[in-house]
Amino acid sequence: MNKNIMPPVIEIGVVGWLRKNLFSTWYNTILTLVGLYFIYLIIPPLLSWIFFDATFSGTTREDCTSSGACWVFIKQNMKLIIYGLYPSNELWRINIAYFLLTVSIVYLLIPNLKYKGIVGIFLLVIFPIICVFLFSGGLGLENVETRLWGGLFLTLVIAGVGIVLSLPIGIMLALGRRSKLPVVSLLSTIFIEIWRGVPLITVLFMASNMFPLFMPEGVNFDKLMRALIGVMFFSAAYLAEVVRGGLQAMPKGQYEASQAAGLTYWKMMGLIILPQSLKIVIPAIIGSFIALFKDTTLVLIIGLFDFLGIIQFVGTNPDWLGFSHEGYVFAAAIFWVFCFGMSRYSQRLEKKLDTGH
Amino acid sequence: MTSETMIEMSSVHKWFGELHVLNDINLKVAKGEKIVICGPSGSGKSTLIRCINRLEEHQRGEIVVEGTELTNDNRSVEKIRGEVGMVFQQFNLFPHLSILDNCSLAPIWVRKLPKVEAREKAMEYLKRVQIDDQAHKYPAQLSGGQQQRAAIARALCMEPRIMLFDEPTSALDPEMIKEVLDVMVGLAEGGMTMLVVTHEMGFAKEVADKIIFMDEGQIVESKNPTDFFSNPESERTKTFLSQIL
Repeated sequence: MNKNIMPPVIEIGVVGWLRKNLFSTWYNTILTLVGLYFIYLIIPPLLSWIFFDATFSGTTREDCTSSGACWVFIKQNMKLIIYGLYPSNELWRINIAYFLLTVSIVYLLIPNLKYKGIVGIFLLVIFPIICVFLFSGGLGLENVETRLWGGLFLTLVIAGVGIVLSLPIGIMLALGRRSKLPVVSLLSTIFIEIWRGVPLITVLFMASNMFPLFMPEGVNFDKLMRALIGVMFFSAAYLAEVVRGGLQAMPKGQYEASQAAGLTYWKMMGLIILPQSLKIVIPAIIGSFIALFKDTTLVLIIGLFDFLGIIQFVGTNPDWLGFSHEGYVFAAAIFWVFCFGMSRYSQRLEKKLDTGH
Repeated sequence: MTSETMIEMSSVHKWFGELHVLNDINLKVAKGEKIVICGPSGSGKSTLIRCINRLEEHQRGEIVVEGTELTNDNRSVEKIRGEVGMVFQQFNLFPHLSILDNCSLAPIWVRKLPKVEAREKAMEYLKRVQIDDQAHKYPAQLSGGQQQRAAIARALCMEPRIMLFDEPTSALDPEMIKEVLDVMVGLAEGGMTMLVVTHEMGFAKEVADKIIFMDEGQIVESKNPTDFFSNPESERTKTFLSQIL
């Protein structure tokens, strides 16, 4: 009889949603109005500055006559921002790496493609080896000193090395800390706690300034290499604790069932325990990666010009004085894109790996 | 019985801290023998069977499984674990793997069987416990009874010579207990050597060659089912039986 009766309009649709979420009580109504006022204050001027009043074309600061942002500044310095001081006629080497990286990541992001495992292994193992030769030289390529590396390129190198190497080291440290062998457990714990107890900035300072004091004279250990090792261990120590959290969440029964089936320690860990516990801590692992990505900006203090560092540096160029706002907004936007991308990927991964337990 | 001895425990002791959980256990299990172990909770019955595949370590005495003595030597432990299958109260299936992968994992990685062969065998055993149609689902998608049957199939895929059951039906809803017990009865009829910790006295009556009653870490009574139910010697056994029957 009343089969087609609809809920009252007041409960559904736009009006219902508004009532429920924005105007449900008098104080919610006030909050909503105050919020709208702030959005009105902030968003339109920001949009005008970034887009509507901004200058996009031109080659010098004289072209920027409007009241908005002067993106010419970014455009003219783009080469420095992306490649640092890398020699102009060797840029193709970095471009190849950017290309391979982009293609592999896009491939991995497209659902339901075959051979993703192979592409993944390429990205994590073969690609870094290719990059070592491409970037620093060797095998017939001209050597490029690391002091010339910079910009987004350097940021990706540091973050990439940190991410790819710190996870396996972190996993080993986590397993070590939970080991039944007292020596292994003690050493892992000491290692983890020392790195976690020191600010990254101190690690970088020590890698840059103190480390050479302990080396015999004449031995010169590349500064970037030292920074990379510092970042890697620092991140590994944090990841070790994240992974340990995941290991502790595993029910005892999973260990017992693996042992009863005759699996050895490493097979049990590799096939049963780690796949499950890493899955639990994906959000925390990606969180650590995001933190690591942003922390790479600290290498500025030891004289390496990463993405943010080089933007600050070009801002001090007399031809472009006074455009630091544009630089920082641009840097923030790029960082945000990378970090948001990682965050979204983490959510996708969680959904994909969910088997309902 | 003159047939070969599969398990021999002599003067086995175990303590959890101060608690004496196994106190002078002597037990001989012949090939094909089915033994049901019962007793109040905390009596050490689970610990006893968990010592047989070294999920727990005994501290004194000797445990010999198929001629291999259990020692701290990892090789002896691995060898014995290969011969002994175990089914747990909480199933302990691997939740990140499909039922088929649960069953074929150990044959592939421990027995080194080719993948195809391991999967074929897994399907065979899944068919035997009548859940071959669930092979590609994940454990969380199955009912408790189906999960426990999958766990039995997983253990059987290693073609063990001995099966240990640690309260296999205690975590199940009543209507699912029977489907699991039926599988176990079938297994017993096939001649498997079985040690079963359970309170299912119907199952014990039907299948067991020997029923062992444990209390406070000791074997109090060890008899064939008829004698066990009709004329138990110890007072503790009588009290226990009166409570559960």
